Amino acid sequence: MKKVQLAIVGGGPAGLAAAIAAREAGLQDILIIERGEALGGILGQCIHAGFGLHTFGQELTGPEYAQRFIDRVEDMKIPYLLGTMVLDINENKVLTVTGRETGLIQIQAEAIVLAMGCRERPRGALNIPGTRPAGIYSAGTAQRLVNLEGYLPGRDVVILGSGDIGLIMARRMTLEGAKVHAVAEVMPYSGGLKRNIVQCLDDFNIPLLLSTTVVDIQGQGHIESVTLAKVDGRRKPIPGTEQVIPCDTLLLSVGLLPENELSLSAGVALDGVTGGPVVGDDLSTSLPGVFACGNVLHVHDLVDFVSEEAGRAGRSAAEYVLHRRSAGRTVALRGKNGVRYTVPQHIDADAMADTVTVRFRVGQPYRGAALCAWAGDKLLRRIPKRILTPGEMESFPIRKADIPADCDTITFTVEEAAQ
Amino acid sequence: MTRQLTCIGCPMGCQLTATIENGVVTTVTGNTCKRGDDYARKECVAPMRTITGTVRMADGRVISVRTRTDVPKAKMFDVADAFNKARPAAPLHIGDVVIADVCGTGVDVVATANRE
Ligand SMILES: Cc1cc2nc3c(=O)[nH]c(=O)nc-3n(C[C@H](O)[C@H](O)[C@H](O)COP(=O)(O)OP(=O)(O)OC[C@H]3O[C@@H](n4cnc5c(N)ncnc54)[C@H](O)[C@@H]3O)c2cc1C
Ligand code: SF4
Repeated sequence: MKKVQLAIVGGGPAGLAAAIAAREAGLQDILIIERGEALGGILGQCIHAGFGLHTFGQELTGPEYAQRFIDRVEDMKIPYLLGTMVLDINENKVLTVTGRETGLIQIQAEAIVLAMGCRERPRGALNIPGTRPAGIYSAGTAQRLVNLEGYLPGRDVVILGSGDIGLIMARRMTLEGAKVHAVAEVMPYSGGLKRNIVQCLDDFNIPLLLSTTVVDIQGQGHIESVTLAKVDGRRKPIPGTEQVIPCDTLLLSVGLLPENELSLSAGVALDGVTGGPVVGDDLSTSLPGVFACGNVLHVHDLVDFVSEEAGRAGRSAAEYVLHRRSAGRTVALRGKNGVRYTVPQHIDADAMADTVTVRFRVGQPYRGAALCAWAGDKLLRRIPKRILTPGEMESFPIRKADIPADCDTITFTVEEAAQ
Repeated sequence: MTRQLTCIGCPMGCQLTATIENGVVTTVTGNTCKRGDDYARKECVAPMRTITGTVRMADGRVISVRTRTDVPKAKMFDVADAFNKARPAAPLHIGDVVIADVCGTGVDVVATANRE
């Protein structure tokens, strides 16, 4: 059986940054396995500008950002396989792989970094009634068609969901000559960035209809119109508010899901809220020697954070192979009162770095609130926040020195502003 | 004349009101910090955008492109039109000029991907 010290599953920004960091930490024998025809992951189709402001102090497009990491991987001569898919990982860290060059083979890895990214929530998960005609695409599929294949899926467009990919596609299709009639969002606020609402919708007078959803789809064979309706506080359509909008295309931009079939088959424990593996401060999963980073771990808002997190996973994997760290005292991390989850889910209070960044999202928008970390009823740290929104990932640094010796759980909460 | 706009400086998204007299912004209210003031002054008088898109190459392949820097917002559709008319030849690399001085803006359109 072929052996490698570190196998990296996925050659997107997470896999690339993990590989670079592992090599920098002294690991030689690394293999990146990517099922697509190019490295760079989903960034290849994200051709708009806005990536890398944190990392490079410059607004790059997705392909430009990815290429900087691809160039590093090439310079470091880190081996990779393209057109090669990992079919299975077992609990002994044996990967079953199929590819053009390799055929069907097994690879024994000493350590594995999971970097498979995420995929879009499909329409089935949404339960829209009506016929199932052609002309309905996920926003990401439309992005691929327009940006990689140069094909415009339609000219009269309605978008359901105001996530950033949908907003970006509203602008993109408008500039390509399509008419985007409306973006409907079931929540009373948009999950998209303000900047995207202004520059992708307001710039083109595209209406953003909040508390609105698609209640029916009409058309035989091909979509002809959709019916939108207002919803109440419990997201139930309000009778009498329906409006029919003729269209030939409906884009769904309704969220992303980490892609974790492989993690499951390996027996890696998953978090019910994030959909990604449960990890420690070194991004180790429940299976020793298996690490996770990027969108497979939790859905990120900025690729800069993906790269940073993946660097940590790559260093941890290298450390695991070269000289295992000895385990110390485990402290669980938990979200409550508006903090939906935390990544990592636990930290090692002895072996951890001096500061560990804990990331999470809040469940609803807050103004003038504060984020707090508690060890029992002792407040470890309070960070005032002018604004908190579910669309943004929060970063909360926890200092090793601040963790009390008798603490077994740190709880993160939102402290709401006094009314 | 007053104009309402949303600051894009950060997720606060402050609702700004700019008072414009003779094409000059005299006051900005509603901002929480200085960046909102700067944004409104620029956005009301000379709004600029980076335009990205794709261009079909002479050999039929598609390549992503951008304006190297911001161009006037009013030229967005003209620039998009110029993307559709260009037919550059391979090879192209990140930063290579695909359209020089697009629509008289003084800004070049450059490739954002590599095509050998
Ligand atoms: C449609 C879409 C559009 C997006 N647009 C934006 C945007 O505009 N701006 C933004 O900041 N973020 C955007 N994102 C988020 C973006 O995905 C992340 O910022 C970043 O790309 C995450 O990096 P990653 O490496 O974790 O995942 P990805 O970039 O998704 O890379 C994962 C890689 O793993 C490979 N892979 C998966 N499973 C296997 C397997 N079994 N075997 C081998 N290879 C495998 C995939 O082919 C892929 O190349 C978008 C996401 C999606 C899904
Ligand atoms: S004015 Fe300042 S605080 Fe308000 S949105 Fe702009 S940058 Fe943010």
